[in-house]
Amino acid sequence: MRQKLVKWLLIVLGTAFLGVMLVLPLATVLVYALRQGWETFSQAIAEEYAIKALNLTLLATFITVIVNTTFGVFAAWAISKFQFRGKQVLTALIDIPFSISPIIAGLVFILVFGRIGWAYPLLEAWNIKIVFALPGIVLATIFVTFPFVSRELIPLMEAQGSDEEEAAALMGAKGLLIFRKVTLPHIKWGLLYGVILCTARALGEFGAVSVVSGHLRGQTNTLPLHVEILFNEFKLTAAFAVSSILVLIAVIILILRNIVEYRVKREER
Amino acid sequence: MYVELQDINKRFGTYQAADHVSFSIEKGKLIGLLGPSGSGKTTILRMIAGLEIPDSGDILIDGRRVNDLPASKRGIGFVFQNYALFRYMTVFDNIAFGLEVQKKDKAYIRQRVNELIKLIGLEGLEKRHPHQLSGGQKQRVAFARALAPSPQLLLLDEPFAAIDAKVRKELRTWLRETINKVGITSIFVTHDQEEAVEVADEIIITNSGYIEQIGSPADIYKNPATPFAAKFIGESIVVENYGRLHGFEEDRSYDRAVIRPEFVRVTKKEQELYPHASKRGTVEDILFRGNMLELRLNVDGVKLITYRSLEDAPLAVGEEVSVLIYRLYLYNNHQVRLVENAAFQSSDAFAI
Repeated sequence: MRQKLVKWLLIVLGTAFLGVMLVLPLATVLVYALRQGWETFSQAIAEEYAIKALNLTLLATFITVIVNTTFGVFAAWAISKFQFRGKQVLTALIDIPFSISPIIAGLVFILVFGRIGWAYPLLEAWNIKIVFALPGIVLATIFVTFPFVSRELIPLMEAQGSDEEEAAALMGAKGLLIFRKVTLPHIKWGLLYGVILCTARALGEFGAVSVVSGHLRGQTNTLPLHVEILFNEFKLTAAFAVSSILVLIAVIILILRNIVEYRVKREER
Repeated sequence: MYVELQDINKRFGTYQAADHVSFSIEKGKLIGLLGPSGSGKTTILRMIAGLEIPDSGDILIDGRRVNDLPASKRGIGFVFQNYALFRYMTVFDNIAFGLEVQKKDKAYIRQRVNELIKLIGLEGLEKRHPHQLSGGQKQRVAFARALAPSPQLLLLDEPFAAIDAKVRKELRTWLRETINKVGITSIFVTHDQEEAVEVADEIIITNSGYIEQIGSPADIYKNPATPFAAKFIGESIVVENYGRLHGFEEDRSYDRAVIRPEFVRVTKKEQELYPHASKRGTVEDILFRGNMLELRLNVDGVKLITYRSLEDAPLAVGEEVSVLIYRLYLYNNHQVRLVENAAFQSSDAFAI
């Protein structure tokens, strides 16, 4: 009896907390977005700058996910399959983005590539723009979301050990074949999970990107930054309408994430 | 000589895994590398395979120095301790992998894999995945996978370690027979002396990085070259005050002796055959070992163990019996010497 009471109490508390902290604000976003009717909503979404911001966000996310997946796999491979000096340091370094405030990540790139940065004259000479341009946004996003893929893979690959790879190598298989035939089948769901998390985080990245973007409308404004601008201009309905796009994408990713998570768990059994 | 190791050294940090290791192996032989864990036997195997590189010394296979040859070019089949089967491939694909890497044509691969599946007796299980197989079946698949590319040399790392005791005995016989049938030169690593004695044509005993003795199982058993070999092969009880036993004199240069259960013969007092060579002792404990009895004896303060057939006249705990010791090994830190019971003249007594 007592146990049952505790159980229900915990369930109610948990649900109430989630409701107040997460569901209510998200619902508010949708309510606000649609408050002045469908017309205003679709106008805000279809507006030129909003679409440009969406495109920019998708492009930056796409590049980021590709880069982070590639290097995440490399890093996880190096850490889990080889023994070398400084392995612990490398493992710790990968986690840095998790512990550093995104704004610092942004400032780092300003300090390196910006007008006051040491690399600035070099970039100027070759006519490359990094800060206040797409490369800067991508760099900042990569920095912030780097750990997602490798963090997912390292425990998986460590649990697998390197016996199977060793066996394959002994039979004369080359690195790429070993990866495709032996390693990849083992990590594919974990990898997909990492990619999804990385995508979600990259889409919504605000802090670091805000520092390096320069907020040029239609050029370097990502969707989250666009929301902020609209909000600051008191265009509340528009701000919430654009936000709802992000919320929608987030929900889709959440569903995907759960499907993959389910598959990962099933695979482990 | 088919495989030769010449003065191989290998060190991991402070651990000397191979210390001036030299030996050679004839073609077609089945060799057991036997030693306690940490004795460097697996390292030796991995160096032959090319999975570890020796610090110094040469490895020759079929007369060719292979030190600088990558593992995949050495023509070696390797069976890993925990099999390392590709868990996302079927039995068929596992065995076919090595052949596919070599880009053999499809028809040949199919024929070769089917041939091997028949050899290991797993027809009908081609489409199973490793997790759907028993330990013994996995072992067989790992064996077939290693053999598929027709290697010249087969290396097996603790091939029976991960299998439960009952299946292990069966599999030992199977492995020995199959290797003989295929006729491939093979080296296997084990820490289990019973396994080495039963399976190998020749045993190499390793101990903390160096080789103690090389020889046939019977040879090592009869004439252990070092104290370590004497203690490691067969069951052995170490005795310090062996001078108290009848027929053996204290030798000052040897402070201890190894006595094997089969060196000891117990008879009832009344049936004592060689009174001049025997000594009285008490039965301290009797343990039932399934197909025989294990006796714990106390002979004038010396503790001995021996076995007794269930057919022999039953003994009771505390009974005084006649104990005859045929022989023992004297040893010190460096040497070992076989000593026969001096008082026991009759030569018809015992043969291994």
